[in-house]
Amino acid sequence: MLKYSLKRLGKSIITLFIVISIVFLFMRLMPEEGYFGQGYEKLDLIQRQTILTNLGLNDPWYVQLGHFYKDLLKGDLGTSITYRPKVAVSEIIKSKIFYSLNFGLGALAIALVAGISSGILMARNKNKFWDKLGNGYIVIINAVPAAVYYIFLQLYVTDIFKLPILFDKGNPLSFILPVLSMSLGPTASYAMWMRRYMVDELNKDYIKLARAKGLSNRVIMTKHVLRNAFVPMAQYLPASILYTLVGSIYIESLYSIPGTGGLLVDTIQRQDNPIVQALVLIYASVGIISLFLGDMLMAGFDPRINLEKQGGTR
Amino acid sequence: MSNTKLDKIVDKIDPSLFDFASYDASGAERTGYSDYSYWQSTFHVFLKNKVAVALLILITALVAYTVLQPYLPNQKSPTTIYNNVKTGIQLRNQAPDKEFLFGTNSIGQDLWSRIWSGTRTSLQIGMLVGVWQAIIGITIGCLWGYVRKLDGIITEIYNVLDNIPNTIIMVLLAYILRPSIFTLVVAMCITNWLSMARFVRNQIIIIRDREYNLASRCLGTPISRIITKNLLPYLVSVIMLQLALAIPMAIGSEVFLTYIGLGLPLNTPSLGNLINEGRIIMMVPSLRYQLIFPAVVLSVITISFYVIGNTFADASDPRNHV
Repeated sequence: MLKYSLKRLGKSIITLFIVISIVFLFMRLMPEEGYFGQGYEKLDLIQRQTILTNLGLNDPWYVQLGHFYKDLLKGDLGTSITYRPKVAVSEIIKSKIFYSLNFGLGALAIALVAGISSGILMARNKNKFWDKLGNGYIVIINAVPAAVYYIFLQLYVTDIFKLPILFDKGNPLSFILPVLSMSLGPTASYAMWMRRYMVDELNKDYIKLARAKGLSNRVIMTKHVLRNAFVPMAQYLPASILYTLVGSIYIESLYSIPGTGGLLVDTIQRQDNPIVQALVLIYASVGIISLFLGDMLMAGFDPRINLEKQGGTR
Repeated sequence: MSNTKLDKIVDKIDPSLFDFASYDASGAERTGYSDYSYWQSTFHVFLKNKVAVALLILITALVAYTVLQPYLPNQKSPTTIYNNVKTGIQLRNQAPDKEFLFGTNSIGQDLWSRIWSGTRTSLQIGMLVGVWQAIIGITIGCLWGYVRKLDGIITEIYNVLDNIPNTIIMVLLAYILRPSIFTLVVAMCITNWLSMARFVRNQIIIIRDREYNLASRCLGTPISRIITKNLLPYLVSVIMLQLALAIPMAIGSEVFLTYIGLGLPLNTPSLGNLINEGRIIMMVPSLRYQLIFPAVVLSVITISFYVIGNTFADASDPRNHV
């Protein structure tokens, strides 16, 4: 296991390196106006060049890239250029991640409980009323773009229950709707996959054997079906937890929550390279780490899965 | 008790059933013949799902209407700003009436024709993205899954591309090219084919070493023929599903791109544009129709394609044919 983990770690670091370098070069392709914001027209050529040189943007790209990696090794993500000038990137991100993490984890907890239990309910009542109702919900949530139902929820639910429309730190009532809206999507996908894996499992031969030898329905469900159906779900669990760091662009801008959701788009448009690079570093690591943890978790749940051996006749 | 019952059953059996049958040529032919046809069974299973059929009729009518709408009489232009004939003032935010079926927007354009024009744009984007995504995704997915030498390389490329946030690519493209339908399609295709390719690759890995493929390889069939004749027909149902889902997904990304300010310019109506325009003025209850009408049309389209795609994928899976 250790050898496998080390090999995978090495590969992940190379992937991260390439991703970051590509993004770094992409950001340098952007037009230079972005670095000046509103004042671009007023500055003359020499002033512009001085500013760019001071920012280190006139060096050849490989020198810039080298500086970036040297700072990164020291644990320094740099300082913001245009978003909040002269403020350390780590500080900006730290203050924002707090909100995204709390809202995301709250929504995930709701989605896990609601999604998995409704998935079980649907699988046990296959083709009956609850199943059809749940499927209708899943279709609507999956098909309609999230922005549309988020907007309508904000418009009408705040009216009906007299909830505050915008986020307010001191008012816990204003947390309810953002968390609930964020949980709708994951709930649908957890319910869908739970139902599908359980139905697959219920159709297998060993379940027929278990029934034939007289096991009660409850034992079959809890000991066999649920455990086996949960293995493929476990793979995505770390991803759902870690991706809460990324935040939700829609929810955070609709309710004006100061989270990380819109930060990437904002900083790309303002060409705040250090923040963009830091965010890409975080997002790519989140993706890679959650995939690794997911595989580990799946192997832990299911002793048949062996990550080291190349399976079958492949 | 049980003995008497058994006796009676035995009495009722027709002794002629135990005679030897005579050979009947046409009868023998009948058992060997099957009138199973793949596509016929697929449509048969599809037609059994009443909801999907109803949605199919609805979406066909809707698409036909969006295509024909500009040629129908008494339709207004989606981009003309209408003025009051007497006063010359723009007809801003006019509530729905006989003249403007869905009312007018905040600068006096006809919402009815804007919605249909927007639907045309969005469907066009969706279909182009779907087709390109399928072409790129299937080609790369087949090579990735079937050609073992390429597996390692493409997996690494996938890992890199998958970890570059889409927004960076989209914003860059928006800078390099002017936002237009073509740019949006390119931007969506650059990233969307990844999931399709991975999906096709996983399917191919599952079926590529089945006995019939092994036999085919032993007989010296070239790779291109194995892929197109042995493997791809297996994937018809999943490819259909992905194609049908590409349309709601493309519409969703278009809404997202418009939301973050990278959408089409306002003089090209699209569903994303219209919803964004509606969102800006949604806090005024009397103007909410400008949000509700496009949202309803968009939901009908995305839900229909989603349901039809899923039903068709189920129907084209031979395991569901009876």
